[in-house]
Amino acid sequence: MNLAVQDIRHNGGRFALTAAGIGLLLMIVLGMGGIYAGLVHEATLLIERLDADLWVVQHATRGPFAEISRVPANLAPRLEAVPGVATARRFVSHTVQRERAGQPWRFAVQGLDWPGDRGQTLPLVAGRSLGQAHFELIADQSLGLPLGERVRLGQDTYTVVGLTRGMTSSAGDPLTFFTLRDAQSVQFDLPGEAIRLERAARRARAGAIDLGLQQPALLERAGNAAAALPALAPPSVSAILVTVAPGADATAVARIIAGWPDVSVYSKAEQRDLLLRGSVDRARRQIGLFRAVLVLVSAIIMSLIIYTLTLDKAHDIAMLKLIGARNRVIVGLILQQALVLGAVGYAIAWTLGQWIFPVFPRLVLITPPDLLLLAGIVLLISVAASSLGIWKALRIQPNIVLS
Amino acid sequence: MNPDRTATASSAPATPQELAVHVEDLTKIYGSGNTEVIAVKNASFSVARGEVVALLGPSGSGKSTLLTAVGLINPPTSGRITIAGEAVMDGPRALVELRAFRRHHLGFVFQKANLIPFLTARQNVQVALEINDVAPRAARQRAGELLDHLGLGDRLNSLPFMLSGGQQQRVAIARALANRPGLILADEPTAALDGHLGRQVMTLFHDIAHEQRAGVIVVTHDPRSLDLFDRILEMEDGLLHARDH
Repeated sequence: MNLAVQDIRHNGGRFALTAAGIGLLLMIVLGMGGIYAGLVHEATLLIERLDADLWVVQHATRGPFAEISRVPANLAPRLEAVPGVATARRFVSHTVQRERAGQPWRFAVQGLDWPGDRGQTLPLVAGRSLGQAHFELIADQSLGLPLGERVRLGQDTYTVVGLTRGMTSSAGDPLTFFTLRDAQSVQFDLPGEAIRLERAARRARAGAIDLGLQQPALLERAGNAAAALPALAPPSVSAILVTVAPGADATAVARIIAGWPDVSVYSKAEQRDLLLRGSVDRARRQIGLFRAVLVLVSAIIMSLIIYTLTLDKAHDIAMLKLIGARNRVIVGLILQQALVLGAVGYAIAWTLGQWIFPVFPRLVLITPPDLLLLAGIVLLISVAASSLGIWKALRIQPNIVLS
Repeated sequence: MNPDRTATASSAPATPQELAVHVEDLTKIYGSGNTEVIAVKNASFSVARGEVVALLGPSGSGKSTLLTAVGLINPPTSGRITIAGEAVMDGPRALVELRAFRRHHLGFVFQKANLIPFLTARQNVQVALEINDVAPRAARQRAGELLDHLGLGDRLNSLPFMLSGGQQQRVAIARALANRPGLILADEPTAALDGHLGRQVMTLFHDIAHEQRAGVIVVTHDPRSLDLFDRILEMEDGLLHARDH
């Protein structure tokens, strides 16, 4: 006969309520771990999906996800000339916030180097990858755009041709994928008046120098479109993604590129590490500390519950001692109840989490290692929590039965 | 009634093997200095197997203190206690592992039944057997038989709150008898029962003592059942003496 089970059965309602309370607490502990895992997953998702062997970025910067990086677009052909480089793709990344239906509408724009990169490596759940050089986009489902929806951004209208699921930036914004040119158009979209003022300013600057005065044709061209001026470089890109040829040594290729004074180069693992140690690190530590506090609070609450349950049974424990029950019977009664309470709480936490976490605004990723870790934590908490009750129970004198 | 057994409170007519308990010069003092209270003073007595002894006395006379000392719950200040032929206490010093000794040799019944509220009548008896290493199936069977014997065969699965005071007390008696102890100690077991039920319980002790060859000491205030006892001991101001029956 198991005394712990008999007691639980007898006090089923009270036990269920207690377990539900502990379950909710454990669900928060589980959720905090899930939020951290989600942060890491979202932060590194793009790096994994773009699948570049090397990231070439502006010199002395940490890449497009950690800080602003600008490299000239013509860096790509320079890199393709390096022995061992198979492809060099230009990459643009920036965040856009507009208004849609009166609500803030925020998403991260990624520019893909059409036609080499059409987004074919992206996990599409509907539609297709980019099929033309302009006016198409692939969007994450969380942005709320259906397939075929037409979106006006700047001067142009873009059609949603593909949908992804769970593709968000490290800030949790849904990702959208355009061709590089379109991404830059969205980024550098200026109103007509601003363009006219810029052209007038250029013309005024040219008119103020001798060369402009001596060559009227130059003065006239200064007022034309920026793209038509050979003296002006095309817009820069955020990074160049290098894929190393099969059989080539990525480290050796990186060593060559690292010798160039105008760029910095990182492997995929380094880029991932930079991101995790940079923008995600504080969030990780914050969540980690909060989680530790929650675990401590859970342990204290469970200890008090077990202690109170023990006090409630003090008379019964005294009676058991009086009729000769060994300490292991008493310890077993309390420890087993703590373990059952922990196990039921854990099951409630997991079950509730399945329902609640998906409606959180950011990804809450519960991984099997996290579940195992929580199971271990619950086991430790249960044992630690019962120790206070056991300590009390072992000090109960059998003669209190007579009182 | 056996006249030898009532001659003096300290007499020990039976051989040590036949004695359920033998107490020698037992003294229990609470507190010290100005607050010192002598609850029991130089008490000596024996109870033979199969003998039912009543312990009478006014409140505060030391009956319960003496009973708990003999029950190995409350160690004496001085004196010796021998149970089932084995010396168990020498003053406050235990000569055996007390909890294990209680488990094997003693049965307790109190004014309140003290049943474990989350166990059924059968389980309350069964737990005493399982604590004494009886296999669960055998324990369950013996618990059922005992309760049936005490007239509770139809209440085996009732929780304590479903039972009347008399039924609860009978479950407590069954629990005390479960391991066939050589000595049963009862502290006012009929105090919460009406006269009829009280007599029934006392009769039960009388029958059990003779059937199971167990010594029984009952602390009681109830004069109506004294005819059921083989011997009467009386306490007054901590002093124990035999009373004529």
